[in-house]
Amino acid sequence: MEPSISIRNLSLDFGSLRVLKDLDLNVGQGEFLVLLGSSGCGKSTLLNCIAGLLEISEGQIFIGGRNVTWEEPSQRGIGMVFQSYALYPQMTVAGNLSFGLKNAGLPKAEIAARVDRAAKILQIEPLLDRKPAALSGGQRQRAAIGRALVRDADVFLFDEPLSNLDAKLRADLRVEIKQLHSKLKNTMIYVTHDQIEAMTLADRIAIMRGGSILQLDTPEEIYLRPNCRYVANFIGSPSMNFFDGRIEGGDHLRFVSGSLNLPLAGYAFADPQGARPGPATLGIRPEHIVSGAEAEAAAISLTAEVDLIEPLGSDTFARVTLDGSNLWIRLDGQARTRPGDRLVIGFAPERAHLFDLDTELRL
Amino acid sequence: MTKTPHLLKNSLKFPQPELEPVDTTVAVATAATPTPSGTRSDLEPGPRGRKPARRFSRRNLFIYGTLTLVALYYLLPLYVMVVTSLKGMPEIRLGNIFAPPLEITFEPWVKAWSEACTGLNCDGLSRGFWNSVRILVPSVILSIAIASVNGYALANWRFKGAELFFTILIVGAFIPYQVMIYPIVIMLREVGLYGSLTGLVLVHSVFGMPILTLLFRNYFASVPEELFKAARVDGAGFWAIYFKIMLPMSLPIFVVAIILQVTGIWNDFLFGVIYTKPDLYPMTVQLNNIVNSTQGVKEYNVNMAATILTGLVPLSIYFLSGKLFVRGIAAGAVKG
Ligand SMILES: Nc1ncnc2c1ncn2[C@@H]1O[C@H](COP(=O)(O)OP(=O)(O)OP(=O)(O)O)[C@@H](O)[C@H]1O
Ligand SMILES: [Mg+2]
Repeated sequence: MEPSISIRNLSLDFGSLRVLKDLDLNVGQGEFLVLLGSSGCGKSTLLNCIAGLLEISEGQIFIGGRNVTWEEPSQRGIGMVFQSYALYPQMTVAGNLSFGLKNAGLPKAEIAARVDRAAKILQIEPLLDRKPAALSGGQRQRAAIGRALVRDADVFLFDEPLSNLDAKLRADLRVEIKQLHSKLKNTMIYVTHDQIEAMTLADRIAIMRGGSILQLDTPEEIYLRPNCRYVANFIGSPSMNFFDGRIEGGDHLRFVSGSLNLPLAGYAFADPQGARPGPATLGIRPEHIVSGAEAEAAAISLTAEVDLIEPLGSDTFARVTLDGSNLWIRLDGQARTRPGDRLVIGFAPERAHLFDLDTELRL
Repeated sequence: MTKTPHLLKNSLKFPQPELEPVDTTVAVATAATPTPSGTRSDLEPGPRGRKPARRFSRRNLFIYGTLTLVALYYLLPLYVMVVTSLKGMPEIRLGNIFAPPLEITFEPWVKAWSEACTGLNCDGLSRGFWNSVRILVPSVILSIAIASVNGYALANWRFKGAELFFTILIVGAFIPYQVMIYPIVIMLREVGLYGSLTGLVLVHSVFGMPILTLLFRNYFASVPEELFKAARVDGAGFWAIYFKIMLPMSLPIFVVAIILQVTGIWNDFLFGVIYTKPDLYPMTVQLNNIVNSTQGVKEYNVNMAATILTGLVPLSIYFLSGKLFVRGIAAGAVKG
């Protein structure tokens, strides 16, 4: 099937600064793509390029198979939702929703029908006559989504739509957006720096850094097989523990770093060529480190001292000291561990991630 | 442009919308919890509750005393003017300028408005008043219309050369008027507008441009950029965004611009003298001619009345627009 959005060779400069670097991206019809990355990596810039709000320096953008590279935002068949809601303060909610349709010269009856339908879907019918100033944050963001909805666009662009809301509301609206997507089946591109939003909403996640996409994959793949150390570190909370060391041995490879000496027999190398001695980084997620009796049975078990405890109710995260460096492990929520306790920890090699020490790519 | 009204301060930026509205459920919850009223007996002796305000502390006396003195100092000339303008000439000759009029007469006002002689004609200030109005209205409208579009284009549509254009405009604001007077005389003469009101209107509009453009640019730049982007996605073009999005939420800055322009242009003397001819002189120039006319006795009462009449327009614009301005803010007309 033809991709809904296709970006080829996209570059964008702000003056002499190249903010987007030779980007290629295909988004399938009805796909929910999340752009995830730390602040300043170019997520909003990429979204604005797709929307036509920024003039690109190089490359092409196709939406619905049409080359829209030089087209006005309103001609691209997109709806957009902004972080600050960006509702027109002097207009009512109904006025906000219908503004774009009036500009497009649609007949009155059609406009009214579309506004009604969007208001019904988003449950903002009682608010239609209010000004944005008289709405709560959640209601404002619903109205802003409504404004994108009435456009009947094939593509929705969201720029951190939930980051101004409090945690509870954010969780609610996240679910609503997911339901909206399964109902409307539009293509959606959703920018966020919240990995929970990314993991829960996305069909695929694009992890961005410095104007390039590092990895584009399903949430599961990104979690289980991050293709570089940056992605591994970025996804997961608390983030992955890393050990710098070496891969040693001939037929039976081992990873050695301080007191850690892990047989790599169970490790699935991404590239069989990578399975050779050399400097490397090993990463292991806190939730994949086991402790106590389980640890003693694991391929590797070590004794570490608990340094800090963060109880969250369902889980408890503990920071332990091993060879003078800290690592985070996840314990059961009911664990009675205290700082100062000694703990046996271990993990299975197939749960670990190996990265080249220099290129930081997955081995 | 001579005076900067104090109410400028809060209106130079678009008020940023509150992103996180007050959570009403929390407010309700706290309101529902009973708050202990009255004083409880288990409090420690000593200060409790609201700190009592000391109305007649030495500091307050000092502050209010100073303020009163300064206010009186500024009001005194106005008082003298009003009082003198209501006296007849015999009473003025008695010499006590602070004494209230024994016999109130409005004749000086009538004379100042419609009979006083300036040069050749003797139809009072009224001619100058209407000249000034005919200068003021088009100049204010023209300069603000152009400058607001300028500011909007500079702030929101970063076109090629915008920075350069803006720099030139600002540098223009620092060139002394005097340097440009003669070149403008020549330019106006070449296009046949020298000595006409149209010419003066153009001059006023041009000279108001740098400061007004700066004012509008800064205001529009403080409007959240996403609002502008949303309008573009909604298919609004340059003018639609200007008229439908930007204008409706820019009332405060327009009021500020109107205050600046009305007072500045009304009070102008120099351009009026230079670029018009006697029967088109604005009110300020005529006032000067009345007050400084050398023939006959000095009619202080007429002079005072004429001066107050001339100052009435800027004065009322302060009062009027100040009120409008406050109302605009209070009605939430500009809140996101
Ligand atoms: N108008 C501009 N002029 C110059 N540089 C800009 C401009 N807008 C953005 N940048 C730069 O481009 C880079 C990417 O910005 P962008 O807004 O896309 O980041 P982001 O990933 O959306 O970050 P955030 O999560 O903070 O929103 C940043 O380094 C930023 O400083
Ligand atoms: Mg951003």
